[in-house]
Amino acid sequence: MRNSKVVSLEEAIQLSGLKDGQTISFHHHFRGGDKVVNMVVDKLAQMGFKDLKLAASSLSDVHKPLIEHIKNGVITGISTSGLRGELADAISHGLLAEPVVFRSHGGRGSAIAKGELKIDVAFLGASSSDELGNATGHGEKSVCGSLGYALPDARYAKHVVVLTDNLVEYPNMPQSISAADVESVVVVESVGDSSKISSGAIRDSKNPRDILLAKQAAKVIINSGYFKDGFSIQTGTGGASLAAVKYIREEMISRGIKASFALGGITAHMVKLHQEGLIGKLIDVQSFDKVAAESIHNDPLHQEVSAVEYASGEHLGSATHALDIVILSALEVDTKFNVNVLVGSDGIIRGAIGGHQDTAADSALSIIVCPLLRGRIPCVVPKVTTLITPGKSVDVVVTEYGIAVNPARPEIAEKLKEAGLNVVDIKDLAAKASSIIGTPDPLPFGEKVVGIVMNRDGSVLDKIYNIK
Amino acid sequence: MMFVPGNNPGMMADAHIYGPDSIMLDLEDSVTMAEKDAARLLVHNALKSIDYGSTEMVVRINPLNTPYGKKDVEAVVKAGVDVIRMPKTETADEVRELEAEILKVEEEIGAVGRTQIMAAIESALGIVNAYSIATASKRMMGIALGAEDYSANLKTNRTPGGAELLLAREQIVVAARAAGIACFDTVYSNLDDMETFRKEVELIKTLGFDGKSIINPRQIEVVNEVFTPTEKEINKARAVVAAIKEAQAKGSGVIAVNGKMVDRPVVLRAERTIALAVAAGVISEEEAL
Repeated sequence: MRNSKVVSLEEAIQLSGLKDGQTISFHHHFRGGDKVVNMVVDKLAQMGFKDLKLAASSLSDVHKPLIEHIKNGVITGISTSGLRGELADAISHGLLAEPVVFRSHGGRGSAIAKGELKIDVAFLGASSSDELGNATGHGEKSVCGSLGYALPDARYAKHVVVLTDNLVEYPNMPQSISAADVESVVVVESVGDSSKISSGAIRDSKNPRDILLAKQAAKVIINSGYFKDGFSIQTGTGGASLAAVKYIREEMISRGIKASFALGGITAHMVKLHQEGLIGKLIDVQSFDKVAAESIHNDPLHQEVSAVEYASGEHLGSATHALDIVILSALEVDTKFNVNVLVGSDGIIRGAIGGHQDTAADSALSIIVCPLLRGRIPCVVPKVTTLITPGKSVDVVVTEYGIAVNPARPEIAEKLKEAGLNVVDIKDLAAKASSIIGTPDPLPFGEKVVGIVMNRDGSVLDKIYNIK
Repeated sequence: MMFVPGNNPGMMADAHIYGPDSIMLDLEDSVTMAEKDAARLLVHNALKSIDYGSTEMVVRINPLNTPYGKKDVEAVVKAGVDVIRMPKTETADEVRELEAEILKVEEEIGAVGRTQIMAAIESALGIVNAYSIATASKRMMGIALGAEDYSANLKTNRTPGGAELLLAREQIVVAARAAGIACFDTVYSNLDDMETFRKEVELIKTLGFDGKSIINPRQIEVVNEVFTPTEKEINKARAVVAAIKEAQAKGSGVIAVNGKMVDRPVVLRAERTIALAVAAGVISEEEAL
């Protein structure tokens, strides 16, 4: 067609004017199936680029080829929401000279919008695009649903390249990424492995501990005072979170209560409640499974939002500010209710901030669901290894040994006690954990800072040191 | 009563958080020969160091005629177990042999009479001898059916309806009641078929069992639902108990509730209903008075 922006990847990079030392960005909507980051960085390395800063919305196991690019000096800086697998392990041991900057999803959106995180060239994978760059998360090969985390990049990056494996006729509308923001379109063999992008059908957890935690979390919600007609909710994708949705659903039906909206990473569980008429609208920054990805494409009440619209602390219109209840997980919670979701008990980075900071801070009721013990690892501890979500944002911690309520929320503790729930002091939970498995030896951290944890307002919350 | 393999520390560490009435740590069928000694040590330490709260702790030992049985008794009695479950019990003599072993260890540690016995009956001979087994020792707290071995011994298979177990179940309930002890039904092992499991629990409740053996925490809810009296049953029971108290106060013998004569069996059943409701946490002890 006339004015087509379709070029090869190498041409797109040349057209972008990218220089050594500049910042490139990526989204993580293709999750464990992502092929875009490795493909583009391989090409940049081939073309001789050095000293690039990689700003991803998140990185996972699949990105271990970056280790070589870091060793060769192609990549010298990383900012992300999370790190996992061998790349995380190498960085925890001091692979990268500069510390990795960790931001929440809302924090990253704000940082991009405010210009604190400047992106020179954004390489954005899309499930489909037309020749002008109208792109979506719906396509023939690699479907991801919402492109919410890519939208700040598309809007604010100096130069935007869309990569797709499904070039469609103009106009590819309604679009997620607008052609107005896009400079080049690159057609590739595959942007992602669809079997690893999203899971298929709903699988209910059969893990008895998850079920126990889920029932307790559901009871907390039901008796919290926030469970009333028109409430709003966000849940994670862990077994306990998803199982909790099942029990909340039963109670909604029996009491005739409907939710106004569900937010966040949207799962098939939430889509089901929406289709049953129990949830009015779905606000979707990331579609977690095929059902959610299909729903966002077909249902006008299931809406895509950008990371800024989802969870920015700076933009008061963001959806988290309207959120009543959020259920979140944790690797560790401490006796001041601080939460760590990023660094494992072995001192190695193995997680992501995600929307944890954002939703905990803005919601009316934040519930952390976390077993007291994972095997021989205590999860309620005197002090978290790394501070990700400050305790002042956390209202309730649900464990299999009891429910702890932040002393700043005595009215919630009162309601839960009235409902006959086992409300305990969080210090007693930590003591219980230590009585069962003892006190672990301190971690052998070194002197080098390998990660900086940003608060969503752009201040520094904590530093992660290398592990020996 | 929830079965937990005695060689799995992860499961043993927190089995009580799911709220079973009793936990049976198993040293017998779920532990291979090679792991018998390790499992015995684990179970001993679990009983001594884990705070199981008010959960009744049972250990299923290996039969005394194996090289492991007597060592099992010594380890668990010393660790303060509440109940020893004796597998494959066929005669009263076997119970008395176990009793003697327990006494030996209890005397050694100065805790005579602390340990109770539950006998699992898992053969035709055991069923025929059920009453003599149930009355073989003062320590007998209950008898239980082990259906896998029993049905194999009968030369039949287990079926969803459980027709092959009917006589054994009835015999165990009758023997337990005649002896004044408790009776427990066998396990149901298909975790994906909760519907058939529920039917089986309903059946054994009707037959008169005190409880069901389970193999997974997910089964607890169903057993509790079936065994917990309904609000209607509780209210009726309370009316009966209140009426009998009033009658006793007035010194009159025969009473009626809602036009029906209330005699002793009705009162006993009402008291049992209230006791079950208290045990299930549906009403408090004060409310039961």
